Amino acid sequence: MSMTQHHNTSPAPVGGSLINAATLVCSVLIATMAAILLVRFFFGIGAVTNVNDGYSWGIWVVVDVMIGSALACGGFSVALLVYIFNKGEYHPLIRPALLASLFGYTLAGGGIFFDLGRWWNFWHIFWPGYVNANSVMFEVAACVTAYIVVMWIEFAPVFLEKFGLHDVKKKLTKALFFFIALGMVLPMMHQASLGTMLVVMGGQVNPLWQTPMVPLIYLLTAIIIGYGVVLFESCVAASAYRRKIEMHLLNPMAKVMLGALAVYLVVRFADLLVRGALGEAFKPSFVAFAFWVENLCFLAPFLLIGSAEARRNPAKLFLAGIAIMLGGILLRLNGFLIGYGHHTGSGWTYFPSFTEVMVTTGMFAVEVLGYIIITRRFPVLPREEAQVAS
Amino acid sequence: MDSRRDFLKGVLASSAAITAAAVSPPACARETLSRPVEALGLLYDATLCIGCKACVAACKEVNNNPAEFSTVDKLWDTPLDTSGYTFNLIKMYRNGTMETKDAEVNGYAFMKTSCMHCADPSCVSACPVSAMTKDPVTGIVAYDAGACVGCRYCVVACPFGIPKFQYDSPTGKIGKCELCRHRTKDGHYSACAEVCPTGATLSGRTSDLLLEAKRRLALKPGSITRYPRGKIGGADQSYEGSVGNYLQHVYGEKEYGGTQVLKLSAVNFAKVGQPDLPPTSSAATSETIQHSLYGGLIMPLAVLGALSFIAKKNVHDEDDSPANTGGEK
Repeated sequence: MSMTQHHNTSPAPVGGSLINAATLVCSVLIATMAAILLVRFFFGIGAVTNVNDGYSWGIWVVVDVMIGSALACGGFSVALLVYIFNKGEYHPLIRPALLASLFGYTLAGGGIFFDLGRWWNFWHIFWPGYVNANSVMFEVAACVTAYIVVMWIEFAPVFLEKFGLHDVKKKLTKALFFFIALGMVLPMMHQASLGTMLVVMGGQVNPLWQTPMVPLIYLLTAIIIGYGVVLFESCVAASAYRRKIEMHLLNPMAKVMLGALAVYLVVRFADLLVRGALGEAFKPSFVAFAFWVENLCFLAPFLLIGSAEARRNPAKLFLAGIAIMLGGILLRLNGFLIGYGHHTGSGWTYFPSFTEVMVTTGMFAVEVLGYIIITRRFPVLPREEAQVAS
Repeated sequence: MDSRRDFLKGVLASSAAITAAAVSPPACARETLSRPVEALGLLYDATLCIGCKACVAACKEVNNNPAEFSTVDKLWDTPLDTSGYTFNLIKMYRNGTMETKDAEVNGYAFMKTSCMHCADPSCVSACPVSAMTKDPVTGIVAYDAGACVGCRYCVVACPFGIPKFQYDSPTGKIGKCELCRHRTKDGHYSACAEVCPTGATLSGRTSDLLLEAKRRLALKPGSITRYPRGKIGGADQSYEGSVGNYLQHVYGEKEYGGTQVLKLSAVNFAKVGQPDLPPTSSAATSETIQHSLYGGLIMPLAVLGALSFIAKKNVHDEDDSPANTGGEK
């Protein structure tokens, strides 16, 4: 396969105006979110959400934090390829992926404050006198926080370049390998633990998602989602900025993704078979239906981009990326909400309220807006050849 | 092809490591905890309960909780479930014509809903900030609002649906039964047991309550026996009554490693809202997984060391950075 010289693709700002339809829509969504949050902080979580004692975790936890952080695994997944498997050719994908991760995680970490009922005590999670090291939540909180800091350090060269602080950048580059390694261990730990959070809920979680193997299932999907997101983002960024799609990178990366996906599906179904839980998938229930939709999303990429020829089609790569993201989203929604429920006869139900959805939407708007501003003003996306020539 | 093979090798190797840690009986397996010797609790005997709800009112009063209304006229406290403001509730089972008390078919029955004070509580394991704690002597599962961050992992984790949150307040707390631990210094015990006119709710050490429960199960239904009231080991307030048609099951004796609140019923426990639970706790499973993966931070540090080593080698190769490549041009 022909490979262009990756040295030619050093990152550069995209440039252009910051005021356009996309940024305006984002701003309106963010303002809406701010108004709703004002009500939440003055009148309580119940004033704007539908969470209740049967479903105390709604979409602010499951979507904003759990799914949001999984969708932010692109940086970690690409770094794994570039720095551990020494595939330097993927290097141009690092910065955009890392930027998306940075936003995803910073917002997931910040968004938890909306849902914490007693947020002013949040520092207890890191205070030795309060910490409960047996708590899976503690592990997640500590690791996510550490990872956010590490990612800002990893991303710092972009700002240092922009502001011409080359000495600082040189020093940072020497130690960067350590932060890069940390930036892989930390997400491995907490993405696995996000799955382990289900374990203590015991029989309240349907056996299709309640398993001691859940940390591995969540870790593998987080890595795979990372590649799915990069496929998706690269295609969106290319079309939005009218740039060339990096097909020579996405094509082989998609192949790597399919390999990891195959490993995942073997683990997933072997676990279901060994535990004898697969029967649940054949009951006439919405939960069983949700299970099949989830797994069809994970199977879809084999149909979409199974052949080398199909992988050269950007539309199919894009769809495969979406399928993976949907599968990962459903795995988490199914475990924490759809396949979760109190025992017989409790009568609790949950469906997010409009205001609840608008806050989640606002969070994603912050991400999109931030991505646009930074890619237009800072050296993140690979330099376009035309741009270099001019 | 190479990239794929290498990558798969990596994925398989790390999968194998986690699988080994999660599946093999690990050195740091955390067994299900059992009750402290002096554990305090309650025995609720549904066959003795007359549904007067004196315990519900007393619980509200001693915990300074407001009334909750479910009727239009709002005349008195009518909660439909436990909540952030209702820690104890008597619920009713109804079937068919509701003719016979404690009959599963065409009958009715009562069931108390309140914290079971598990030997190995999920809420205590889940809480990241030690706001839920289990007293090492009394075994009471207590809540400290001053420590709580309001994440509500306890609410989600509890198999009995007991910790509840006050969603209507910007400074909401978790609400749950703490076995009236705030009243023991005045010589009081659980208010629900203090006021129960029939001894359906009985206070005492769980070991004593378990003996009493088993004594009742051994009696012939319909025969006459003495039922203590209030507190086992307290003032004698016992009376004679006829023996109910018990199921041969002390609910809470073994569930999740045992609970300190025990229950007797004539109607199937699942039908009166008591979940069918295994003898091992999910807290034990969860902590075994956590300790296997992260115990002493051994595995994370080993992985970090290996990745640092590999990354150091690979970072230099290609990108000491765009600034450098730019300089060369």
